[in-house]
Amino acid sequence: MAQATGALARERRYGKTQRRDRWWLEPVLVATGLGAFIAYSTVSALLGEHWAFEVGPYLSPFFEPLIRPDWLPDWFSPALFILPAPLAFRTTCYYYRRAYYRAYFMSPPACAVREPAGSYSGESRFPLVLQQLHRFALYAALVFVPVLWFGALRSYWHDGELGVGLGSVLITVNAFLLMMYTFGCHSLRHLVAGGLNCFSCSTFRQARHRAWRFVTVANEHHRLWAWTSLIGVGLTDLYIHLVANDVITDPNTWGSF
Amino acid sequence: MPQAHLRVWRGGDDGEYREYDVEYSEGMVVLDVLHLLQATAAPDMAVRWNCKAGKCGSCSAEVNGKPRLMCMTRMQLFDPYETIAIAPLKTFPLIRDLVTDVSHNYAVANGMPEFAPGPPAPDGDYRMQQIDIDRMQEFHKCIECFLCQDVCHVIRDHSDNLPNFAGPRFFVQLAQVSMHPLDEHAKGDTVSAGFGLDYCNITKCCTDVCPEGIHITDNAIIPLKERAIDERFDPIRALGRRLFGRGDGRSH
Amino acid sequence: MPDYETHEYDVLVIGAGGAGLRAAIEASAEGARTALVCKSLLGKAHTVMAEGGIAAALGNVYEQDNWQVHFRDTMRGGKMLNHWRMAQIHAQEAPDRVRELERWGALFDRTADGRILQRDFGGHRFARLAHVGDRTGLEMIRTLQQHAVHRGIDVFMECTVTRLLKDGGESGAVSGAFAYWRESGRFVVFRAKAVVLATGGLCKVYSINSNSWEGTGDGHALATWAGADMIDMEFVQFHPTGMVWPLSVRGILVTEGVRGDGGTLKNAGGERFMFRYIPPMFAAETADTEAEADRWYNDRINARRTPDLLPRDEVARAINAEVKAGRGSPHGGVFLDIASRRDAAYIQRRLPSMYHQFRELADVDITQVAMEVGPTAHYAMGGVRVDPETGAATVPGLFAAGEVAGGMHGSNRLGGNSLSDLVVFGRRAGFGAAEHARGLGGLPHVDGESLELAATEALAPFEAGGNENPYTIHRELQEAMQALVGIIRTEGELAQAREQLGTFRERVQRVRVEGTRQYNPGWHLALDLRALLTVAELITQGAQARKESRGGHTRDDFPGPDAHFGTVNLVQRQRDGVLALREEPLPQMSDELRRLFEED
Ligand SMILES: Cc1cc2nc3c(=O)[nH]c(=O)nc-3n(C[C@H](O)[C@H](O)[C@H](O)COP(=O)(O)OP(=O)(O)OC[C@H]3O[C@@H](n4cnc5c(N)ncnc54)[C@H](O)[C@@H]3O)c2cc1C
Ligand code: SF4
Ligand code: SF4
Ligand code: FES
Ligand code: FES
Repeated sequence: MAQATGALARERRYGKTQRRDRWWLEPVLVATGLGAFIAYSTVSALLGEHWAFEVGPYLSPFFEPLIRPDWLPDWFSPALFILPAPLAFRTTCYYYRRAYYRAYFMSPPACAVREPAGSYSGESRFPLVLQQLHRFALYAALVFVPVLWFGALRSYWHDGELGVGLGSVLITVNAFLLMMYTFGCHSLRHLVAGGLNCFSCSTFRQARHRAWRFVTVANEHHRLWAWTSLIGVGLTDLYIHLVANDVITDPNTWGSF
Repeated sequence: MPQAHLRVWRGGDDGEYREYDVEYSEGMVVLDVLHLLQATAAPDMAVRWNCKAGKCGSCSAEVNGKPRLMCMTRMQLFDPYETIAIAPLKTFPLIRDLVTDVSHNYAVANGMPEFAPGPPAPDGDYRMQQIDIDRMQEFHKCIECFLCQDVCHVIRDHSDNLPNFAGPRFFVQLAQVSMHPLDEHAKGDTVSAGFGLDYCNITKCCTDVCPEGIHITDNAIIPLKERAIDERFDPIRALGRRLFGRGDGRSH
Repeated sequence: MPDYETHEYDVLVIGAGGAGLRAAIEASAEGARTALVCKSLLGKAHTVMAEGGIAAALGNVYEQDNWQVHFRDTMRGGKMLNHWRMAQIHAQEAPDRVRELERWGALFDRTADGRILQRDFGGHRFARLAHVGDRTGLEMIRTLQQHAVHRGIDVFMECTVTRLLKDGGESGAVSGAFAYWRESGRFVVFRAKAVVLATGGLCKVYSINSNSWEGTGDGHALATWAGADMIDMEFVQFHPTGMVWPLSVRGILVTEGVRGDGGTLKNAGGERFMFRYIPPMFAAETADTEAEADRWYNDRINARRTPDLLPRDEVARAINAEVKAGRGSPHGGVFLDIASRRDAAYIQRRLPSMYHQFRELADVDITQVAMEVGPTAHYAMGGVRVDPETGAATVPGLFAAGEVAGGMHGSNRLGGNSLSDLVVFGRRAGFGAAEHARGLGGLPHVDGESLELAATEALAPFEAGGNENPYTIHRELQEAMQALVGIIRTEGELAQAREQLGTFRERVQRVRVEGTRQYNPGWHLALDLRALLTVAELITQGAQARKESRGGHTRDDFPGPDAHFGTVNLVQRQRDGVLALREEPLPQMSDELRRLFEED
């Protein structure tokens, strides 16, 4: 089909848009937020044993569940056993894809704003075609939901005594946020019942439809859960490091660790 | 009476923005103000519209750079002394002034799969439960304003993709057939056959502009992508299918 | 003679609303080479705006419902002026047409057992309207559109017909149509063995109306100019509930579904005034206390229906009277209150587009406060006189269906009966046209002289010596019709209107447009004006001749129905530029059908 040429087309240079609102604000915030998290988590995870990550009943969620066999060399952080799963899960997440395609790839930087790249094939070619593997990352992430809740329960038990500290609360909130993020996953929504065409056709399907409705509610705010769980996990990790390294003291019912 | 200062695209590709001052009355929408202009200063200004009630999807244009329906854009939205820029849709070839050639969309529509039901129940009626059609009724709200087609960067910024990419409006239509409880297409026909789903990078601009509030990306495109993945390579679901029969919802 | 392109078809369908699409589908299924022409883009026709639903006695909600009851409701709603055979065919075939829409992909709201849900509407004894929330027209047009494009019908969109072409012979048969492309302004000649008119309504001749811009009565005018009989043109339906505020949206429809779902009309004093306006004809089946009316929503058997749902003409007149008596709302309407009667979630689910419309256009949240509403010109009962079986007009080769056809609705149409009319008679007209085409050997001749005339006339506004602005004339014509031939009419005002129409006719000759032929709305309007003018004359002449009040026609000087006028239709025909009117006795129904009315 013929495309508009001439004056109208000419004004489509990069960044050229008639929008006069602050369309650049969102990509800037997203780029900054994601960048900060990536930087922080890389440092935190790689430091491993060089920056204490457990204290009392608390274990940083980056390391949950703790895998530290005897043969593990000192320089290898146990976080590296854990993080590939959430990393894959978040990188291929439909929401994060949207966020970084816009903020980093500028494809497009914002709606109705000209994108800089000359040619475009979306997710139809390697490597982006691999985004389709998101559901496998989901299978792994689903394992982490009970694991994190287990860690949360454990954080209320110290020295044979039931108690509570700010750390336990943070770890619990973190488990909750990650659960809501995971339960709002688009692939999960598809798997529980979205792939069906007839919800009413059997009682089992009706039960799946109820699950689908729940996932749908979580899914409607997937962006919210994505960010809160991201910030949540980062802050929890930071907090535990700070407590473990005696920078701050954790208010709790046990006294000190 | 309040005054509006408009900047309207006049002419074809080699046209220009022209400025107009118009007095309008309380409660008016952008389309009303253009009608006032037509009746006075610009009788031959081309504008497409039909219902002036947000129901037909004819009056699509870009107001201050944002794709919108002019009949649902109230003047109240703007600051009193703001210049309001009104341009035609940019993704489609310009005919004149604010009217573009949207025939591409009709050509795509011709290639869409048609709903293909099985036979009805013995009493002649089809049975469908409300819970099975709720999500499809959302798709049926589409008024074919083509704002989503206009804003989608896949074709807006890369016209070479036009032949390979049906576009958000038609993904909605595909979803409508794909999820229909009575439809008997093989699933592959409705999700993978050359509609260019993979070109969409789910950046959601279509959803942002849809005047009917259809969650195009979340409820149509992503579910279709997931369905396509089912077809292509999911060993676990393939195993599930083998163990529990065809879990694809075609059985009634 | 300016350049033009020529296309040849068996059947040419003018109009792509519900009626035109259904006609084209049928003609094409009958093997006719079929073209579909419309003024706007495909899928934008006025049908898209229909809200409440499509009437069909499916009996899904009330088993007692059947075609006889539907037939009786329709005839009584039309004050017995309807062509009984059309009303009968309509009632009998509507259920199949609705099921057919479902087979083609329409998703109607469902009953608990998974069948098509039906809702209450004015004048219908039982809940009868199949619907999709409040956007039934959209569902219907999209379904038909998607079905049609897969049938290989050639669509000419944004192409306006300005004249029907004739074969120049004795019988005056129609042999095609003259049109222009809106985009380029270039001319198109269609040669066809049969032409189906499905051009919809004419209410753009009033200033307060619910129609889209296309409702300029082109088909009514095209048929009149071609010498076809027009029937019942004095009957224009003023829908009781249009928006009244803000001014720029005045007239936009508020669906009757609001009242069907529990909304009630109130005056400035908060009184539910409809109880004071129950006419004797409907007294037996209308609730006379608020308690009974409220009970009726859940109990059809033991309670009588609320007067809020009387036929539209009754309600529109009642609102008019309340406003005149000084009991209106601040902006000259009355209140339609559903906010205090149903909870917010219910309102949003049942009436999503009403909710949206008021929030976006009037800053009003209808789940919290009452709407302000008033009458708006909505529907033309009158139109081309057709044969009930085939949709054939009185001129050979011409067929009509949908709002442009007359006879089906008598003096007043019931809500929901239009959408069903479109598919029932659209199908029949498409079939009739295909059959007519089969009966002809080759393409009929097109009279060269009339073709040249059509071209000259279309270009006249560029060459006219005058300086009349088409927009101004349109506005003034609308205002004149609204003031003089509106809801309430009198001899004096009608005579005045006739006189003014003469002046408008002269002014239209002097209309001048600026610019080129390429997508020029000023020019388009200038051409539409000729149709509007003809339509205005048809309505005014009919209104003057019918010296009684009945249905959509109310005469202040003849306030009641008249026995003589209750037995005749008014038929108009143009010969040599002169419009002549005659009375014709109503067609007589069989005794068996007549018995259906005896219980009254
Ligand atoms: C707001 C609203 C709500 C309504 N709600 C209901 C309801 O709930 N239930 C119900 O039964 N009815 C309802 N109606 C009435 C009903 O919608 C109409 O009567 C009906 O849609 C008319 O359909 P149609 O096919 O005859 O013509 P339209 O849908 O009006 O289509 C006319 C077609 O003719 C074309 N055309 C016109 N002139 C020309 C020309 N010169 N050349 C070429 N093409 C031309 C147009 O482009 C268009 O395609 C409603 C009406 C309105 C306005
Ligand atoms: S989400 Fe996909 S279809 Fe929608 S605008 Fe973005 S790229 Fe286009
Ligand atoms: S999906 Fe929404 S934006 Fe796209 S054409 Fe339909 S109504 Fe318009
Ligand atoms: S889509 Fe975001 S986690 Fe799956
Ligand atoms: S004119 Fe119909 S949507 Fe704006």
